[in-house]
Amino acid sequence: MIEVVRPGPLATVQDLGRAGLAHLGVPGSGAADARALRLANRLVGNAEACAGVEFTFGGAALRFHSPAWIAVTGAPLPVRVDGRAHGMNAPCHVPAGAVLELGIPSQGLRSYLAVRGGLAVEPVLGSRSTDLLSGLGPAPLSPGDRLPIGPARGLADITVDVAPTPGFPDEPVLHVLPGPRDDWFTPDALETLTSAPYEASSESNRVGVRLQGSALARARDGELSSEGMVTGALQVPPNGLPILFLADHPTTGGYPVIAVVASADLPLAAQLRPGQTVRFRCAGGAGAGGRSPR
Amino acid sequence: MRIRRAGDRGLLVETGDPHRLHAAVRAAGLPGVLDVVPGERTVLITTAGDPGRLAERLPGLPLPEQAAGDAPPVQIPVVYDGADLAEVAELTGLSPEEVVARHTAAEYTVAYLGFSPGFGYLTGLPAELRVPRRDSPRTAVPAGAVAIAGPYAAVYPAPSPGGWRLLGRTDLALWDVTRDPPSLLRPGARVRFVADAS
Repeated sequence: MIEVVRPGPLATVQDLGRAGLAHLGVPGSGAADARALRLANRLVGNAEACAGVEFTFGGAALRFHSPAWIAVTGAPLPVRVDGRAHGMNAPCHVPAGAVLELGIPSQGLRSYLAVRGGLAVEPVLGSRSTDLLSGLGPAPLSPGDRLPIGPARGLADITVDVAPTPGFPDEPVLHVLPGPRDDWFTPDALETLTSAPYEASSESNRVGVRLQGSALARARDGELSSEGMVTGALQVPPNGLPILFLADHPTTGGYPVIAVVASADLPLAAQLRPGQTVRFRCAGGAGAGGRSPR
Repeated sequence: MRIRRAGDRGLLVETGDPHRLHAAVRAAGLPGVLDVVPGERTVLITTAGDPGRLAERLPGLPLPEQAAGDAPPVQIPVVYDGADLAEVAELTGLSPEEVVARHTAAEYTVAYLGFSPGFGYLTGLPAELRVPRRDSPRTAVPAGAVAIAGPYAAVYPAPSPGGWRLLGRTDLALWDVTRDPPSLLRPGARVRFVADAS
């Protein structure tokens, strides 16, 4: 069992979310940087979909009431167990009674903790994820919360010492596929989106990253009828400033989506810090699946 | 049917009949499909696989006769004591009794869900009951509030902020995570409101 001493600015339980219920208005949710959570789970021998903790801007402390193998991935930050420094992206043994402390990330935004056996909080609709848009799943962690750990019986052995991970670029480039509603915008709009710098605003959260920069001009008036939204969508409200949808995004929306971030770049999008500059580029060539069939 | 790409894991299909296409895609059990989400005039399909290959399969799918099958309408009992009933009457030039009579006489269809889990946008609202949203949304609307705005009717499944006009309330649970499915309303389902005198 793990006791939350200090959650930092925002810490939530996350697994890979609730796919398959979007038609009932249920957001996908799950780890914003799913790649980092999957890696953390693999490092401790868990299935990739096990629940862990997503920390936002670190700053947390957890007391382990039973011994556990853990791994911390995602935004790089100082990791200490009872004051002793440990590396990121590596399995680490925490003795019973020890306190795990996470510092402030030097880059990126979200760090992930996996515990061998997974967090065994009660699932809601097939997932243990906290969905901040609709309030499903456990509440964000607060001091004194206790998180049960699942059984480690039958899990794969821990075999990796440390996993190499891609770095965190100062100015990330996210690849986008135009559409599905690029025809609602002037031809210049897509050009602007993929050439001008944008800044992640401090109003960003797990629902989406609000972007500041050049406004994208519409080619037509009127209202789009509400339609399904995907993670990575760049939805453009009337002020012309795109919102990049992350894990807790609403299932449907009525503003046109000019382009969608490539799924391979969603982890980078989830790690954008408020104030950080980001650039968008059209995904080159046919890519997976080819051009949009029209 | 026009198929638009929605990123490298999704297709947005424009169709005149989203509910029948939604039913057809579910019935087909296509490999890799994750979510099938009807909108007002579209169906979004997300996939773990190749959207290009999925797009090739869609035009050949057999559409069911009707989306909701032969299911009877969902009956929602309503106590018509909403905070905005008098105002809606004023805006429409009807008496409150006439507003209730028209609201209960119509048959509605769940066009799509969104805003929050279990929140269905119901089409079929009589034209004379179309009123704009409130100028300033309420910070808290209780679960079970029966409301209208623009061309839609709805029932709030959970407490939330909201700008729709409140006609009444129902005790029926629109949303219950311990129920399967958790949502009383599903896309394409038919709905009727029944005045509950209690």
